[in-house]
Amino acid sequence: MQSKMKESDPILEIENLSASTDNLPILKGVSLTVYPGEIHAIMGRNGCGKSTLSKIIAGHPSYNITNGDIKFLGEKINSLEPEERSQSGIFLGFQYPIEIPGVSNLEFLRVSTNARRKFLNKEELDTFDFEELVKEKLEIVKMDHAFLSRSVNQGFSGGEKKRNEILQMALLEPKIAILDETDSGLDIDALRIVASGIKKISNEQTGVILITHYQRLLDEIKPNYVHVMSDGQIIKTGESDLALELEEKGYEWTDNFIKET
Amino acid sequence: MVNENLVKDVVKEPYKYGFVTDIETEKIEKGLNEDIIKLISQKKEEPKFLLDFRLKAFKKWQKMKEPDWAALGYKKIDYQDIIYYSAPKQKEKISSLDEVDPKLLETFDKLGIPLTEQKKLTNVAVDAVFDSVSIATTFREELAEHGVIFCSISEAVKNHADLIEKYLGTVVPPSDNYFAALNSAVFSDGSFVYIPKGVACPMDLSSYFRINSGDSGQFERTLIIAEESSSVSYLEGCTAPMFDTNTLHAAVVELIALDDASIKYSTVQNWYAGDEEGIGGIFNFVTKRGKCLGKRSKISWSQVETGSAITWKYPSCLLLGEESVGEFYSVALTNNLQQADTGTKMIHIGPKTKSTIVSKGISAGNSKNSYRGLVKMGTKAKGSRNYSQCDSMLIGDQASANTFPYIKSQQPNSEIEHEASTCRISEDQLFYLQSRGIEFEEAVSMMVSGFCRDVFSQLPMEFAAEADKLLALKLEGSVG
Repeated sequence: MQSKMKESDPILEIENLSASTDNLPILKGVSLTVYPGEIHAIMGRNGCGKSTLSKIIAGHPSYNITNGDIKFLGEKINSLEPEERSQSGIFLGFQYPIEIPGVSNLEFLRVSTNARRKFLNKEELDTFDFEELVKEKLEIVKMDHAFLSRSVNQGFSGGEKKRNEILQMALLEPKIAILDETDSGLDIDALRIVASGIKKISNEQTGVILITHYQRLLDEIKPNYVHVMSDGQIIKTGESDLALELEEKGYEWTDNFIKET
Repeated sequence: MVNENLVKDVVKEPYKYGFVTDIETEKIEKGLNEDIIKLISQKKEEPKFLLDFRLKAFKKWQKMKEPDWAALGYKKIDYQDIIYYSAPKQKEKISSLDEVDPKLLETFDKLGIPLTEQKKLTNVAVDAVFDSVSIATTFREELAEHGVIFCSISEAVKNHADLIEKYLGTVVPPSDNYFAALNSAVFSDGSFVYIPKGVACPMDLSSYFRINSGDSGQFERTLIIAEESSSVSYLEGCTAPMFDTNTLHAAVVELIALDDASIKYSTVQNWYAGDEEGIGGIFNFVTKRGKCLGKRSKISWSQVETGSAITWKYPSCLLLGEESVGEFYSVALTNNLQQADTGTKMIHIGPKTKSTIVSKGISAGNSKNSYRGLVKMGTKAKGSRNYSQCDSMLIGDQASANTFPYIKSQQPNSEIEHEASTCRISEDQLFYLQSRGIEFEEAVSMMVSGFCRDVFSQLPMEFAAEADKLLALKLEGSVG
């Protein structure tokens, strides 16, 4: 199965990536390759650089790449604007989705979807056609139509915010989705909805990176690989049972890996 | 939300109204004295009552002091260094548009206000004012069929002197303030609207004010009278060329609404704002006031203020009639070194009167944006209510926003409610929108439009699109 996957070209290649913010090094040489159809989980303590890695892939302006490259579909994207990355098919699901007062969720989703469609040379959707599309996608995350008329994420509960992220993922149909602690703050029902949403959207052509602390998301979505991050580096990579071992032994267990290397 | 593509199209454009029309003009000499005022009045062939009105105002003005209470800083204006009358040279009497200098028609064409029969806007009647004179007013005959008078104020002085004499200066008396006194002494042209009893004006009326000359001030005067049970929606737009000197604009607008009448007055103000270093731009000192004279009358101001180096403007309502309603919806955007001190006065005099104030101030660059408003409940304003909401948005870390609400109540049986907030466009918000494929400039204008939504929804439709476009344009390069 895995060898078959690797016959195609990778979606994302991160090569020896180092990055800093305010001259403070956060990433210290991360390498990671994602092929179509693969699901990768990245785990690790708070502050290990997981979230930073996801933001850098999405192009957050607060971080400087000091070494290494990010390649998407074979092209180096180090200096692309965040919107260009999104349009070309990189999706970041935020750990803390941002509230945008006054901007209607529906309009936001439509403008965002059309930006992606334009990139794909697909026809941009008017309000009516978009309504049709969004109705269909709302099913995936079991969201009520009423969410659309509210301001983006404003006054949404934690679970609603996360489902809104998955709705965006469903609309944008990215080549790769990086989901930063999408499972945190969700009750068990919401977690199932989110997990089944992710499964529905991802396929043989797409890649997923799940950043998480918990095994419970990985029970729902079985990853092909699990990476453990510590102090800005990936210190161990294994298959899905690594997550179980980690759950059992705790992050202290991983400290030994650093000593070994 | 208003047309997104429109926003996209214009984001990269500079101030596109900054051109000068090369036209022969008739200007009088610089300076201000009784002779100048007599000369203006004579040029306009005015009746004696109006000359007296002007001279009286001038006497008052001479005794007044320029106000300095606003949160504005600017170089002292030399009132003797201004030309008070400037008009494009054309034939004495113009009977049709064919006789208007094509250069003038072309100018308005370029501004998006075509005046000729073939091209004129189909649903709006336009009065086009160029420097000190009105060039043309469209749809006059059609409006006349409904008894609606829409013409320049100069013509109204000639043809409807009784109405002018009855109402001019009754809402904003010449002694009201320094700039109103100045305007009363030297006002050149502006629009006049009269809606007879029971008539709902069949189309929107609009005035377009164009300053062309760099050394002359513009002092327009607008008077709108809505008789019993009538209604009208009036729009006003303004632009000016880019000069490196400051041009004074001191206008007076008076609205009168009788029993059950309603006037909706919308402005998109886009005078030249000066350059990035604050050189040039219009000094905009305007007195706008409406009198809800009749029972259940309603006056609604909505304004989008994006231009001018200095804006000093407080469109207000005097609520005299029982159950009369005053509204003020404002978006004021300042960028670079622009300064705005704007707001409203809601003076509740009659019982059961109601007013609503929604003000949205956006400051970017090094600009200064203040809301200043007064809500007053008089002794007889029993059962009256006011609701005010004043929100500020800061873009970047050099801009400033102030709110100065004044509340005076002499009537215990009345309600005043005031809400205020300040927010800032954060890097995280921008990144969030960008990471969804939305370009930076568009992300900013989306957030600004969102912030202004409560006000834009009050504007006539074409105006709302125009306003949205303008804001995007003005904010270009202000973030990041």
